[in-house]
Amino acid sequence: MTGERGGPDVRLRGGAGMRLRGLVRKEFLQIVRDPSSIAIAFLMPIFLLVLFGYGVSLDADHVPIALVAEAPSSDSADFTASLQGSHSFAPRTLATMAEAEQALRVGEVKGIIRLRADFSRQMRQSDGAPIQVIVDGVDANTARLVLGYAEGAWGSWLAGQTAQRGQTLSTPVAMESRIWFNSELRSRNYLVPGLVAIIMTLIGALLTALVMAREWERGTMEALMVTPASMTEVLLGKLVAYFILGTGGMLLTVGLSVWLFEVPLRGSFWVLWTCSSLFLLAALGMGLTISTLARSQFVAGQIAIIATFLPAFLLSGFIFDIGSMPAVVQAITHVIVARYFVAIVQTLFLAGDVWSVILPNALALAVMAAIFLTITWRKSRKRLE
Amino acid sequence: MPDHLVLEAEGLSKSFQAGSRRVTALDAVSLAIRAGVVTGLIGPDGAGKTTFMRLAAGLLVPEAGKITVLGLDATKESLAVQAALGYMPQRFGLYEDLTVQENLDLYADLQGVNAAARPERYAELMHMTGLAPFSRRLAGRLSGGMKQKLGLACTLVRAPRLLLLDEPTVGVDPVSRRELWAIIDRLVKSEGMSVLLSTAYLDEAERCAEVVLLHEGRVLDQGPPDAMSARMAGRTWAVTAPGIRNRDLQAALDGQPGVVDALVQGEHVRLVSAASDLPDSVSAYPGIVVREAAPRFEDGFIDLLRQRQEGPRHMASMQGQAEGTATDGIVIQVQGLRRRFGDFWAVDGVDFQIRRGEIFGLLGANGAGKTTTFRMLCGLLPPSAGQLQVAGLDLRHAASAARARIGYMSQKFSLYGNLSVAQNLDFFARAYGLSGRTRQDRLDWAASEFELGPYADQLSAELPLGYKQRLAMACALMHRPEIIFLDEPTSGVDPLARREFWQRINGLARQGVTVLVTTHFMEEAEYCDRLAIMAAGRILALAEPAAIKALARTPANPEPSMEDAFIQLVEVSDLARAAA
Repeated sequence: MTGERGGPDVRLRGGAGMRLRGLVRKEFLQIVRDPSSIAIAFLMPIFLLVLFGYGVSLDADHVPIALVAEAPSSDSADFTASLQGSHSFAPRTLATMAEAEQALRVGEVKGIIRLRADFSRQMRQSDGAPIQVIVDGVDANTARLVLGYAEGAWGSWLAGQTAQRGQTLSTPVAMESRIWFNSELRSRNYLVPGLVAIIMTLIGALLTALVMAREWERGTMEALMVTPASMTEVLLGKLVAYFILGTGGMLLTVGLSVWLFEVPLRGSFWVLWTCSSLFLLAALGMGLTISTLARSQFVAGQIAIIATFLPAFLLSGFIFDIGSMPAVVQAITHVIVARYFVAIVQTLFLAGDVWSVILPNALALAVMAAIFLTITWRKSRKRLE
Repeated sequence: MPDHLVLEAEGLSKSFQAGSRRVTALDAVSLAIRAGVVTGLIGPDGAGKTTFMRLAAGLLVPEAGKITVLGLDATKESLAVQAALGYMPQRFGLYEDLTVQENLDLYADLQGVNAAARPERYAELMHMTGLAPFSRRLAGRLSGGMKQKLGLACTLVRAPRLLLLDEPTVGVDPVSRRELWAIIDRLVKSEGMSVLLSTAYLDEAERCAEVVLLHEGRVLDQGPPDAMSARMAGRTWAVTAPGIRNRDLQAALDGQPGVVDALVQGEHVRLVSAASDLPDSVSAYPGIVVREAAPRFEDGFIDLLRQRQEGPRHMASMQGQAEGTATDGIVIQVQGLRRRFGDFWAVDGVDFQIRRGEIFGLLGANGAGKTTTFRMLCGLLPPSAGQLQVAGLDLRHAASAARARIGYMSQKFSLYGNLSVAQNLDFFARAYGLSGRTRQDRLDWAASEFELGPYADQLSAELPLGYKQRLAMACALMHRPEIIFLDEPTSGVDPLARREFWQRINGLARQGVTVLVTTHFMEEAEYCDRLAIMAAGRILALAEPAAIKALARTPANPEPSMEDAFIQLVEVSDLARAAA
């Protein structure tokens, strides 16, 4: 019916395939030519990878501490040597407590280990020798690590001493610890895989919301609407292009993680691929949903950062463990899409195909993706109001 | 819908929420558009043109009424309508980071043009628009006129039966405008296309076969433009009074009983009378010389608007503006002024002098260098080379001292949208350092002179365009500047508001305020004492309007318009550049 009234050449027209191909090609040309797209899609991931791969470490390595031996003896020298031999500490030997306290105050050292003048004598008595450990509690995380390491260093030194004397240290309970999944305790091993979630949020949600808003801002959306292309096709064009771009970001991150940062990938790559795709669809759904609300790039960018990027960073378990958050915040994390994906990625990289973790989380991702894409689809009409 | 119609609207209404105000964009509009001709949808900004276009394209849903396009209900069958018509929105809908060819390919894909049919269609479009040499250039790097032609080509990749063009000629130079009209005429003649084109330029009405005059959401008149001018036959005059400046003559005659309209038009004052004989108030003017003039479309429009106007007309006097230093002399001196952005000379050697109390116009298309020149004169942008003296001060050394003596009103009006009218006025008064009694006097002056009193508490963002313009002008004049710079002050405002605006400008000039104004309205150029025509950063001609028009006089065209003169100057300079 429209064919007869719409003009004689309607029957000769190409169909949805031609329109979609045209739209996807347009998106790629724009991505390639637009410096801000390239920055978000390629430079940001590399920057984040380098930052988290080399810069940020949650391990305490070579923590500067002051060591005060009030009366140097062979025992205290021996203890100092054992501290210097460990990776955890970079000890500085200071003569008095006053000097050490000053160093702690100005932040030159993170803690003080004090061996009293009667250290050697007390050591050989039955109730043992007390060691004073003072830590800078400003950075609570490092403070706890210093305490733990100090105890460990002390324990192993004592064991060594006892062994030298041909005895065994007798404690009623002995701990035999073994570390699973990330046996070297490298924080990089769980930070870098988590970056896949951050990078795909950037591309899927932030970049997509921005480019949709740009179409409104520049008036091109109005022109697109008055073509035979349906709104679904316009959305699908964006979805396909940014899905491919997001997959590229995922491959880049995984490749660099495995080959440059030597993070083990213990699970199957194809499971990772499938789950990434689900997450990417959810992220794209969020980006497109934002673009139905905000028609200026500034507002779209603000919403995308606050509603998707920051939660993915802070509330997904990427850096901060969800289990140690307050109950209310823990409850909130359930609506953060990245949370489910971070759980999958960390499991796949460090533990392997643990289906009891992967399946429920993947299901959550699929539901989230379906919700956001449905909202977008229902909200987008070919109308300007 | 009868066969000879392509579009029919019945009782169409639409309104929008703008802040706390509900704005009626269209109010029970009924009209019909004939097949196979160009119909002009004419009216100032805010008349409802774009809303009508969007309703016709199925992009908006009307609150009441019905719109039928090519036999289809545009609201209910919007997809089918969109597949059948061509629509170019105001900003052309181009992707600036795609090349000319890529833009065409995209729209060909979207319109489903067969690969086999493309080469021929592309060749036709390229030939028509003259874009062939630029097919690999990014659309964002094209000039305004070329963008507009590319936008049109994209709309035409598949020849639509009905073409909707929303203000295609805004901000486009006269040469491109003329070319665009040539393309449209050819489409109508050779392809039998029907075109609906909206415009705020009244002089474009005469190029349409039929015209719909839209004002504040209502249809004022509809029919062939000749019919509208014919109604005015015998009521239009060209008057002069030897020894009296046209500006003073215009001020004396405007608003007299029986005078509908009085405008300075270069060498004479153009007068429209209410009846077919000359009013006594005019014929009694000492020494007046009257001859009949041909009626124009605009005369009919003004006549209609005046009939609707209620109450007596306010005659802006602009009393008490000038300072007591009425010495004749040069107040603005510009020599060899140049300004570079990167490797592009936006202003490339400009010289002129402006006398006190003169109205000096800068006429040119977007990108000609007008705004850059302006910013340098206001001390907002340092020149790359050249001498600049404003009010006797060298802007290189005393920019802020000079700024205290100038007023500046920018294209976008520079108002704080979320402050009320009174707050805006108060802010600008304080920003110019006025205090106590002086400030109160100036605020009172602004409220009464510009009739802003009733709007004092309204947010300035929610003001109608004409009032925004008044407010911006009041703010710019707050500190009684000796010189006022007006950057495209009248874009988009309706013809009555424009006349009122020029009345104020004339009042200022009569009191010795120097006025420098840029415009792209050719007819406004005629209100100036002297005029510089700019293109590509240079001045092509600098003279009185009558002398500039005379440059284009030929036996075939004994009374050239300002646009004829402009186009000829641009063409001559292009030829000279090509030869060099």
